[in-house]
Amino acid sequence: MNIFARLYYRYRRMSKAMRLFLLTAGPGIIVMVADNDAGGITTYTATGAKYGMHLLWFLILLGPVAYYVQEMTVRLGAVTKRGHAEAIFSAFGRVWGWFSLLDLVMTDWLTMITEFIGMTAALSIFHIPPVITVVICWIIMGAMISTGRYWTWEKIALLFCGINLIYIPAAFMVHPSVKDIAFNSTVPHFPPGGFTNELFFLLMANIGTTIAPWMLFFQQSSVVDKGLHEKDIKFGKIDTAIGAVLTVVVAMVLIIVCGILLNGVPVDDAAVAARQIMPQSSIIGTLIAIGLFDAGLLGAICISLASSWAFGEVFGWAHSLNDNVREAPWFYAYYIFDLLLAGTVVLIPGAPLVLITLFVQVIATTLLPAALVFLILLLNDKKTMGEYVNTRWQNIINISIVAMVIALSTMYGLSTLFPGMFN
Amino acid sequence: MIKNFFNHSYAKIREINKKYETPSIEMSKWVKFSLLLLRLYLFTLIGLMLYKFISLLK
Repeated sequence: MNIFARLYYRYRRMSKAMRLFLLTAGPGIIVMVADNDAGGITTYTATGAKYGMHLLWFLILLGPVAYYVQEMTVRLGAVTKRGHAEAIFSAFGRVWGWFSLLDLVMTDWLTMITEFIGMTAALSIFHIPPVITVVICWIIMGAMISTGRYWTWEKIALLFCGINLIYIPAAFMVHPSVKDIAFNSTVPHFPPGGFTNELFFLLMANIGTTIAPWMLFFQQSSVVDKGLHEKDIKFGKIDTAIGAVLTVVVAMVLIIVCGILLNGVPVDDAAVAARQIMPQSSIIGTLIAIGLFDAGLLGAICISLASSWAFGEVFGWAHSLNDNVREAPWFYAYYIFDLLLAGTVVLIPGAPLVLITLFVQVIATTLLPAALVFLILLLNDKKTMGEYVNTRWQNIINISIVAMVIALSTMYGLSTLFPGMFN
Repeated sequence: MIKNFFNHSYAKIREINKKYETPSIEMSKWVKFSLLLLRLYLFTLIGLMLYKFISLLK
């Protein structure tokens, strides 16, 4: 075979692989970008404002952490063709099953409220009243699922993922020092002032936003609904890796922007950060507000679907986005009910929104370790996973990550519950 | 209508409980130990939450 024939053969093979990847990509990118939800954006702005670019290296480390955990859900979904909730019921029985399902529903609903809080706060910067914002969100989310096609839903969700990258131009506009970024990204170090309780809390908060229980349920159900098989696992892994890179890039960009424009300013809300940036640069402030709205919207879309899928799997309802409303009435009814309930709470005058935001962290702490332990055990079940069972090295990496995430997220939950605990 | 809904839901939950009565995963020592640790972890956490709740009420 001459060189041209070989090159042509390689080109055809690459082109086919690329087409296959584009067909299977979606769940990984969506779940990872949605991970930068309203709560995540707030955490990154607070981190940047408080410590400048000093924690960029830590954010980079979180990328592989998120990848390794989520990659397991791809394998589990593709091999078992079951969502995470159904897999837990089947493998560990009804007690652990109900615990996971009810805890997921509660955590998701409370997290949804925080997404609506973020979205209303973001659009209030443009003088849009919360009622209008909530109604706009309901319409968008309702319209997305009304087509009865997973593909359409996924493409719209990917569009929102693209909008999430709106922060990237903002980073170029603040003209950061490349040398500073390179140093802070590659050399692990503590910010000036050393290791303090405040730093510890922010590190834990960043981990808390990187791995959330709904992400495990969402990606596995999404892989199943999309119809991925064992042969698609390698593409699912690439999809997840790209998502992990995107999520880290967005987090880094926000930290760089806030580290330069709000250095030393106490920030505990991304919408407040956007307002504070407005006098310095109305364009960057606007980009942050739009990004916050988009993050909340994407988060709410994925979280409500995670719960609906989980309920559908366990109760045996038709639960695919490929079914229309008539074919899967309970699945869509639960999705809409979740959205309406979360949006309405935000509109109640005097609702304890701050308390809800704190409570999310605490209650998620009870579900995350359980979900992660179940994930590891399921991935080690040779009978279920066959040749896709965790290898020794995968176990070493995944168990270390899971142990670290459990320890730190527990400390985060406890420090939310008892603020002076680690003083 | 509401009574029907609750009756139907109750029957469904019983059906789910029956379907998933026995765990399908092989209960090796490693699995049993992990589940035991998880139980202890959750009981401790719930205990701390109850303590916090009671101390807030006082």
